Amino acid sequence: MQIRTLEGVLVQHPFFQGLDPQYVELIAGCGANARFNAGEVIFREGESADRFYIIRRGRVSLEVFIPERGSMMMETLDEGDVLGWSWLFPPYRWQFDARALELTRVIAMDGQCLRGKCEEDPRLGYELTKRFAQIMVGRLQAARIRLLDLYNPNPADTG
Amino acid sequence: MSDSFLNPMVPQPYRVRRKLREMQDVVTLELEPTAPDGEVALSFAPGQFNMLYAFGAGEVPISISGDPAPKRALAHTVRDVGAVTGAIARLRRGDVLGLRGPFGSTWPVENALGNDVVLVAGGIGLAPLRPAIYWLMAHRERYGRLILLYGSRSSQEMLYPRELRRWRSRSGLEVEMAVDRGTEEWRGHVGVVTKLISRTSLDPLNTVAMVCGPEVMMRFAVQELQNQGLVPERIFISVERNMKCAIGTCGHCQFGAAFVCKDGPVFRYDRIQFFFNKREV
Repeated sequence: MQIRTLEGVLVQHPFFQGLDPQYVELIAGCGANARFNAGEVIFREGESADRFYIIRRGRVSLEVFIPERGSMMMETLDEGDVLGWSWLFPPYRWQFDARALELTRVIAMDGQCLRGKCEEDPRLGYELTKRFAQIMVGRLQAARIRLLDLYNPNPADTG
Repeated sequence: MSDSFLNPMVPQPYRVRRKLREMQDVVTLELEPTAPDGEVALSFAPGQFNMLYAFGAGEVPISISGDPAPKRALAHTVRDVGAVTGAIARLRRGDVLGLRGPFGSTWPVENALGNDVVLVAGGIGLAPLRPAIYWLMAHRERYGRLILLYGSRSSQEMLYPRELRRWRSRSGLEVEMAVDRGTEEWRGHVGVVTKLISRTSLDPLNTVAMVCGPEVMMRFAVQELQNQGLVPERIFISVERNMKCAIGTCGHCQFGAAFVCKDGPVFRYDRIQFFFNKREV
C-alpha cells in the first residue's frame, strides 16, 4: 500500500501548484489530517480563526445565522476547495459558520504556525497571499454574479 | 400537407391536450393539432421554437421543450412574464391557440456524435435544452460522457425536478445542480453554475458544450468553458431576441449580421462572439 505524505498531498493540490518545494515542505509542517462527520460544525462566526482547511473529500457549507430565520447556507465548498482565509488577516476571527454536510476529510493548517513562517520569510508570505487573493477574487466574482439574481423573472423583486 | 408548411406566417389551431404546472408562474402545455393533417408540424429538432398565438393577446416565440421522438403532442414550457405569455399560461385543457413552426437552428446533437457533451442550463433555460437531453439519452451509446450542469435560484425553482432526479439516478447522465439560495434540506451545491463547470473535469478536445440561460449567465459560462480549454467552435449557445416573423424578414431579431429567428436561436459561439460581447447589439 502506498502511503502519501502530507507533503505529497499538498504538492498535488491546485492551491499549491508551482510553489517552491521547500515551501511546500515548510507548509506541510503546519498541517495535520482531520475529519468531520456529517453535520459537524467546523467553526463558528466570531471564534478565533487559527486554521484553514484544504478539503480533500466531502462537502462543507458556509452559513450565516439570521435571528428568527436560522442558518442560511451561502455557499458550498467541495473537494479541492480551500476553506477559510480569516486566519491570515486581523482580527483573526471567523466571519461565518462552516459545517460539514457529509463526511469530510481535510488537511487542517495551523494558521498561527504559518503566519510565523510568513513573517520570517516574506517571499513565502507573498506567495500565500497571492494564492488566497486568487480565491477571494473568484468568490467575490461569484458573489457579484449571484447578486444579479439572474434567474429572477421579476428583476425589480429582489426578495 | 398543412397550410403552415405552405405559408409559415399562418398559424394553425392547436389544442391544449395536457397542462402541467412546473412552478407558480411556469407551465408546460402539451399541444396537439386540431386538424387531422396537422401532424406534420409535430416533428422538430432539439433547439427549435414555435410561435404561439394566444387569440386576442398576441404571439410569442416559445422553445419546444418536449421529446423530439415522434409524439402526439408538442410540449412548450412557458413562464408568465407578460400579457401574451400570461394568456398562454392561463389556457386550460381543451383550449385552442395558434401555432406556427417549427423554426430556427438546432442543437448540434448529430455533429457531437462520438464526443462528450456538457449541457449548461440556467433557470428556465433548461426547457430549450430538454429535447437535446431526450435525444442524447435515446442515442446514449453514440456519445462519450453526458453531463448536465444546472443552476437555479433555489431548489423550489428548478424545472422538471422529477426528471432531474430520474436523470441523476441513471448512469448515463451526470447531473450536477447548484442553487443561489441553499436551504436546510438542500444537499447539492450552493453557488454559481459556472463553478460547476470549473469543478467538472472536461476533455476539451472531445467535448461539445451546449449552453442556455440568461445571457449574462451564458457569458460567464462561456468564459469558464474557455478557461477549461474548449475552443469557441465547440461551444453552442441559444440566444433570445425579440422575434416576430420567425422567418428572417421583419428584422426585429437582428443580431449583427444574423437573424436570431432564422440563423439561430442556437449559434456556434465563434460565429457570434464578436456581437455577443457588444453592448450595442
